[in-house]
Amino acid sequence: MAKLRDIAHSRTGDKGNISNISVIAFDARHYPLLCEQVTPARVKAHFDGIVSGEVVRYELPNIAALNFVLDQALGGGVTRSLALDAHGKSLSSALLDLEIELPPDHDRGAA
Amino acid sequence: MRTIRIGSGAGYSGDRIEPAVELAEKGGIQYLVFECLGERTVALAQRARLKNPDDGFDPLLEARMRAVLPACAANGIKIVTNMGAANPWAAARKTAQIAASLGLSRLKIAAIVGDDVLEACKQHDLPLIEIDGTLKTLGNRIVSANAYLGAEPMAAALKAGADIVITGRASDPALFLAPMIDAFNWAMDDWNLLGRGTVAGHLLECAGQVTGGYFADPGFKDVAGLARLGFPIGEVSEDGGLVITKVEGSGGEVSARTCKEQLLYEVHDPARYMQPDVVADFSQVSIEQIGPDRVRVSGGRGTQRPDTLKISVGYVDGYIGEGQMSYAGPGAEARARLALEIVRERLKLTKVEANEWRFDLIGIDALHGERRSQGSAPYEVRVRVAGRTDTLAEAVRIGDEVETLYTNGPAGGGGAFKSARDIVAVASVLLPRDLVAPQVRFVEA
Repeated sequence: MAKLRDIAHSRTGDKGNISNISVIAFDARHYPLLCEQVTPARVKAHFDGIVSGEVVRYELPNIAALNFVLDQALGGGVTRSLALDAHGKSLSSALLDLEIELPPDHDRGAA
Repeated sequence: MRTIRIGSGAGYSGDRIEPAVELAEKGGIQYLVFECLGERTVALAQRARLKNPDDGFDPLLEARMRAVLPACAANGIKIVTNMGAANPWAAARKTAQIAASLGLSRLKIAAIVGDDVLEACKQHDLPLIEIDGTLKTLGNRIVSANAYLGAEPMAAALKAGADIVITGRASDPALFLAPMIDAFNWAMDDWNLLGRGTVAGHLLECAGQVTGGYFADPGFKDVAGLARLGFPIGEVSEDGGLVITKVEGSGGEVSARTCKEQLLYEVHDPARYMQPDVVADFSQVSIEQIGPDRVRVSGGRGTQRPDTLKISVGYVDGYIGEGQMSYAGPGAEARARLALEIVRERLKLTKVEANEWRFDLIGIDALHGERRSQGSAPYEVRVRVAGRTDTLAEAVRIGDEVETLYTNGPAGGGGAFKSARDIVAVASVLLPRDLVAPQVRFVEA
């Protein structure tokens, strides 16, 4: 079993109580695999206990990337949160820990 | 085709200063933009202004201006910045004094005023976006309300000959769009051009975040020279074409992957990135490495601007009290857990009143909860207790209680830290744009 980190990179942004996390394939060939396995439902389950709202996914095939928008994810809002990481900057690293099933003949393609 | 080079000299108020000097000296740029105004900074600045009518602008304005003005004046580089915060006019006068003290004369400095819409917000009960509630629910706790202005007033100031344009709240990409409108006379209803310019501004506005900052992950994404990270330069052509690059020899990297990460930073629906001047569409953008530290970005589009402007509303949101203590070596985790139990019980016994609590074990569960961090026992653990209170006195009691772990808690607790601070939080509303009337005022050095 591989981790998402093996085939993709990620960055978190914050607005109010909403976090967005990008997932970008290192190699565009892995984009279909991302679309198939990194679903909003899996992301929501991965962040169970952190994200209480809806998870919406946007697809950007031109840059082989997905953008996840996570509602009610930042402890009531970045400017008032009691959390140590009020911005949720570290959420991208947590998402990269997601398990990914690679095809048997897989070339990881990470830089 | 005509091309301009715009440097991005700061991505937040406390950002490093030397990279902007490097851009001004060696970047071959015509414009240098400083984005220094965070979501709540303007609310804090508003308080500073209430205490002193000559204050309320960015605390690093003087340091930044002193550092870059000589090279900018020598190379004819125009500066655009939101360091005006809650008082752009005072910031412009201060900048004129600094220029004079550096022996730089005949600099034309513009202040953009009119983003303050506190009065209009008191008259309308508008729903909050991004969090629940309406303006009314914030009541008399509101301390500031500022509209995210578009590029028009800044572009007008540049066209009128300003060397330095200082605004308060404005959309971050608009700080970059203004030089493009100044240089290329783009029409304010050419949505595709404004959309492309917004792509450029969005990629540049966080400075080092597109040149290798907020990116490195050793073994997966290695980046050299982060201690002297170069800040980005956008080469923008008259048709909105864009190449992102940086000063040769500076640290960091400009690559397709750094640009992709930044393209989606703080973006929700990529097809509808709401701006005061345009609704930008990033969904069809292509990103291509065309040389070392040179990336071409194309395919940005736009549609008609919204009828409303986003307003950032600062409001007083109680106090946060916090205390921390560290434990190390064998049994660190067990002692840290015991410490948290003790503090919980003490807070109850001594009746500390808070509306919301956090009990964290830094090194185990502070960032993502316990479920995501199961594994071997860490060598060191830091206890953290935080609570939201209605008064400062109550907030102080939280850190005080954690500190008492020194002599009353588990063995070997060290490095206590405590803090109590008042919170100015930020909410957003949308206001009809005709209720906002920005103006340009000039001061000459």
